[in-house]
Amino acid sequence: MSFINYSSREINCKIVYYGPGLCGKTTNLQYIYRRTNPEQKGKLISLATETERTLFFDFLPLSLGDIKGFKVRFHLYTVPGQVFYAASRKLILKGVDGVVFVADSQLERMESNMESLEDLKINLAEQGYELEKLPYTIQYNKRDLPNVVPVEEMDKLLNIRRVPWFEGVAVTGKGVFETLKAVARQVLFELKKHC
Amino acid sequence: MYEEEFRKIDAELQKLHQQSNAKVVFLVDKNGQLIASAGETHDIDTTSLASLTAGNIAATGGIARLLGEKEFTILFHEGEKDNIHISLIGQRIILVVIFDSRSSLGLVRLRVKKTSDAIGKIFDEITQKVEKDKGEGKLEESIFAEISDEDIDNLFR
Repeated sequence: MSFINYSSREINCKIVYYGPGLCGKTTNLQYIYRRTNPEQKGKLISLATETERTLFFDFLPLSLGDIKGFKVRFHLYTVPGQVFYAASRKLILKGVDGVVFVADSQLERMESNMESLEDLKINLAEQGYELEKLPYTIQYNKRDLPNVVPVEEMDKLLNIRRVPWFEGVAVTGKGVFETLKAVARQVLFELKKHC
Repeated sequence: MYEEEFRKIDAELQKLHQQSNAKVVFLVDKNGQLIASAGETHDIDTTSLASLTAGNIAATGGIARLLGEKEFTILFHEGEKDNIHISLIGQRIILVVIFDSRSSLGLVRLRVKKTSDAIGKIFDEITQKVEKDKGEGKLEESIFAEISDEDIDNLFR
């Protein structure tokens, strides 16, 4: 739930990047971190293993500007994608305002994408959320690789809700800010609904 | 969060900071958002600290449930110079106290207990107030009702 502090005039929103292992969630955050002005960002915190696989989460606080005199801050989190970190993934979804699902476009990762999406739905349900009702965006990542599945096919498979989606190459930054903006827009409009 | 209650919480934190001889005291919600702080916060990245503390509490809570406990309400980490005492207030708010050799674990525990009771009460008041305002339809004729596409585009320029 977004935290609105009327005395310090701040809105804090939590956005979680979800997806199978090695799909590029951390890479998305790293790109955002590199491309934002120092005064707009906090530290990028990565709780990772020695081989740079996410162990618990990555965290990046972003403060992009004001809306109606309120400072808008996004707290971006990634989950650990590897299957056996299920218990940790669940914890990170606590209090989530918006979800980005990063899908790996390579043919051999389609099954992992679907498993991860199913896992997302189950974990959200356990926290009392429904994926159908949350601000939600999909990024079809790694479009630069040779063995990718056509976007239309991936969309049929993964985007049942017909939410905004983007093609991404997170290492070069393609689609990264577009994805963030799309989910941020939905999160902020969600605030409007609750007025 | 209402202005009046926020001031009360701030006062409680200031009191705890002084009485426990702590370096820094802060309050975080379970989702990792900083609510208020007192003490020498300028050298500390409080945003990251808040997020990691909440992650810590969440992980410990996960362990507790695996063991059939409802929650572990106190965590204590001892360092060479600084120590950190983390406690849960009423299952929803996290109180963090960072202290060094000028204080002691016993003193911190004692003071934290008092502050927890006081802050717990303030949060109960807030909940009641929100319920009351909701009932009377008074809740925030909010600024957010007017958020436009343009506002959002401006954020990403």
